[in-house]
Amino acid sequence: MSKECFETERLEELLRPLVDRHHADPLQLVQILREAQELVGYLPPALLTATARALRLPRAQVEGVAGFYSFFHLTPPGRYRVLFSDNITDRMLGSGELLDRLCNRLWIERGKVSEDGLVSVDTTSCTGMCDQGPALLVNGQALTRLSGERIDRISELIRAQAPLADWPGEYFRVEDNIRRRDTLLSAEWLAGEALQAAIGRGSEAMLAEMQLSNLRGRGGAGFTTAIKWASARRAPCHGDDGLRYLVCNADEGEPGTFKDRVLLSSYADLVFDGMSVAGFSIGASKGLLYLRGEYAYLLPALRENLERRRRSGLLGRALCGQVGLDFEIDIHLGAGAYVCGEETALLESLEGKRGIPRIRPPFPVTAGYRGQPTVVNNVETLCKAALIAVRGGAWFAGLGTKQSTGSKLLSISGDVERPGIYEYPFGVSVDQVLQDCGAGNAQAVQVSGPSGVCLAMHEFSRSIAFEDVPTAGAFMVFGAHRDMFEVARNFAHFFKHESCGFCTPCRVGTSLVANCMDKIGKGLGTQYEINQIFKIHRLLHAASHCGLGQAACNPLFDTLQKFRPAYERRLCSLDFEPAFDLDQALAAARQMTGRDDPAAHFGLAARFPGVAS
Amino acid sequence: MNPPSILLDGLPVPFVNGQTIMDAAMAAEIFIPHLCHHPEFKPQGSCKLCTVKANGRYVSACTLPARDGMEVENNTPDLNDKRRTLLQMLFVEGNHFCPSCEKSGNCMLQALAYELEMLSPHFDPFYPNRPVDASHPEVLLDFNRCILCELCVRASRDVDGKSVFSLSGRGITKHLIVNAESGRLADTDFSWADKAAHVCPVGVILKKRTGFAVPIGKRRYDVEPIGMQVERLAARSAGEEG
Ligand SMILES: Cc1cc2nc3c(=O)[nH]c(=O)nc-3n(C[C@H](O)[C@H](O)[C@H](O)COP(=O)(O)O)c2cc1C
Ligand code: SF4
Ligand code: SF4
Ligand code: FES
Repeated sequence: MSKECFETERLEELLRPLVDRHHADPLQLVQILREAQELVGYLPPALLTATARALRLPRAQVEGVAGFYSFFHLTPPGRYRVLFSDNITDRMLGSGELLDRLCNRLWIERGKVSEDGLVSVDTTSCTGMCDQGPALLVNGQALTRLSGERIDRISELIRAQAPLADWPGEYFRVEDNIRRRDTLLSAEWLAGEALQAAIGRGSEAMLAEMQLSNLRGRGGAGFTTAIKWASARRAPCHGDDGLRYLVCNADEGEPGTFKDRVLLSSYADLVFDGMSVAGFSIGASKGLLYLRGEYAYLLPALRENLERRRRSGLLGRALCGQVGLDFEIDIHLGAGAYVCGEETALLESLEGKRGIPRIRPPFPVTAGYRGQPTVVNNVETLCKAALIAVRGGAWFAGLGTKQSTGSKLLSISGDVERPGIYEYPFGVSVDQVLQDCGAGNAQAVQVSGPSGVCLAMHEFSRSIAFEDVPTAGAFMVFGAHRDMFEVARNFAHFFKHESCGFCTPCRVGTSLVANCMDKIGKGLGTQYEINQIFKIHRLLHAASHCGLGQAACNPLFDTLQKFRPAYERRLCSLDFEPAFDLDQALAAARQMTGRDDPAAHFGLAARFPGVAS
Repeated sequence: MNPPSILLDGLPVPFVNGQTIMDAAMAAEIFIPHLCHHPEFKPQGSCKLCTVKANGRYVSACTLPARDGMEVENNTPDLNDKRRTLLQMLFVEGNHFCPSCEKSGNCMLQALAYELEMLSPHFDPFYPNRPVDASHPEVLLDFNRCILCELCVRASRDVDGKSVFSLSGRGITKHLIVNAESGRLADTDFSWADKAAHVCPVGVILKKRTGFAVPIGKRRYDVEPIGMQVERLAARSAGEEG
């Protein structure tokens, strides 16, 4: 589609049905922009103006929202938008070479749209397919298990302008890869069983069971679920038509995590039952599922499931025949922003805004979605709640360890023979897990993703539990042949890319440390850069507004502590090296003249061509 | 019964319920460094200059409600060191050439840099490309100096009812935008009479042709360090500048 045809009138006509479908509710802005972009291909300025007018919002606010999310395009991307998942596990499987190969085949430069507007190729943060990478998204659809051969075929399909529907279905296949089942993954219940059990118990008794179970949140922070539920239930609603809300956090953006994807694709009944049980217990009549944009391919099946529930009286009015007991579930799609997994940023995003974490207090349990009492729970937490509804809190409390009851799903990827989902009772040792997944020569495990902790070999006897090594689920294994510096560098760039930019320390600090890591990576770093990283780590930990910034330097700190030689062998001296890099300054000139020989370089790079990329 | 109070660097400071640590400190004429805070507007908590330690935890003074008996550390080497680093970050993130800036001497960023003895920007500058908007007949926008404090955003939205300013982008690419499809201030309903015209703590929103009416050397923070001007900062109203 060409730019010229976006006259205001046509755009308004195009927008009208989808604005109507969302009742011109400004809180639906993110959904409306998503749908509008699907129709137009991108979000041209006139479209933002028309959207602002239709929703009676300031135009600058609409532009601000559109400019926040990675999957919104303010300029035309290629008609085929290819985004390679850029997690370290994808890289270890060769995604970098595959990206170059595709660019070469298509005669394009990474990050730029081809001259005919046909295609653009770039990277995106982890798409949650680490067990079957390398992975990419093409026009938002997930592709897995890429290989050189597949990349060549994909370049042909793109050049032939084949619609995605005509691409081999095999390319889009996403496996569950469930390798070990415990209480959750071996549950085989009918939809509604858990909800019925909860209704049978009554909401007070259900809360008592939750308390007995001592279930703690599986999304990372490990907050006791019963306390959250009880607080929201007690909190007064505001205004006349005040409602309570239950939000299921399916943003799953932490690199290396993909267990919620499997729950949503093969245990959706349990997820929706868990949401309904929670809604029933806290007195919420509305549930919202916040699904990360990368998992958009799950949407049709999830919607169908909700339809089925509605038909069987498990959703809508008078649940399970109980007059006055209503519960609706809506699905909201994210648009590419890791920070939206943080619960208050998620609420902002649900309200159609930029995903900026809120100031706390107040906490969501008293003032959450639309200012009403809101519980935000992880997908897995809600599944566990469904189990508890059926089998009782005492049964659950008997599993796992004292402070970490029940089981935990681990998303295992990296240098292992059998990547996939493993469910263990809490308390399992890292060693045991490594043995089960076939990690013969592990030198390190990144537990709970870049925000978590990097364990070295001497720590493998530690156990997975809140009282020892807590985790939201990621378990990335690095074999002895891996360069832990590159692992940390990948994570530093992840945080730089995903910082929401709200607060100074994280916005600027994540860029500064990524620059430090690049400098060290090029062999131009000194002890000075290492000291910088420590200093910035301390500042971000102390002064950042949310967990993203607080954790952003963890992987650097850990690897500097435990894998120091990986850094030191790159340092060019132990003294200060000026930041201004004469060789780098000539990069543009080299590109223009097409030269890359030693004589076109300065300093270290002249001695070792290829060091400075 | 005594009124509730916090212990600020060992000094009892009373407060009334609903006040933040910043409010209480300001009322007692104790200086807590700040940039995005302004007594007239909703607290925002983004610059983090006001980071203090309350009962052992790092928090933002401008957003955290005071609680009776709370022990707050403010003027400590550790906190001032962190604040200095934050200032350095703000300096390298934008393009700040104080000697040629017409806000020099009236700029809170510069004043805080002096106050906290920031001797150099320390980090490598980012030199972002931020074109100036000179389209408006009365006002020049020099985005090079924007520290993204959102005071103009809050003033325009919450007081002027115009929403002339907003933020777009994410992370290090976050930037200020204006409410017009053209992206030009001249195409918005902005006017010099707006509150938003008078709140910028640095030199972004500038009245044209009046730049050097007060000579450098005689300006607000030339005369007295910012740390000594708490009473004025607390009584600030955006009608009067800065
Ligand atoms: C940067 C950041 C990203 C997060 N991402 C997720 C996520 O993808 N999924 C999730 O469930 N929780 C995530 N969390 C944790 C949530 O803020 C919140 O604690 C959680 O959803 C609560 O649910 P739970 O109590 O069931 O664990 C994230 C937190 C931060 C700081
Ligand atoms: S810490 Fe980072 S992600 Fe969190 S609010 Fe600050 S800038 Fe945003
Ligand atoms: S223009 Fe000034 S007031 Fe507005 S955000 Fe930038 S620094 Fe703050
Ligand atoms: S003054 Fe408190 S964060 Fe800016």
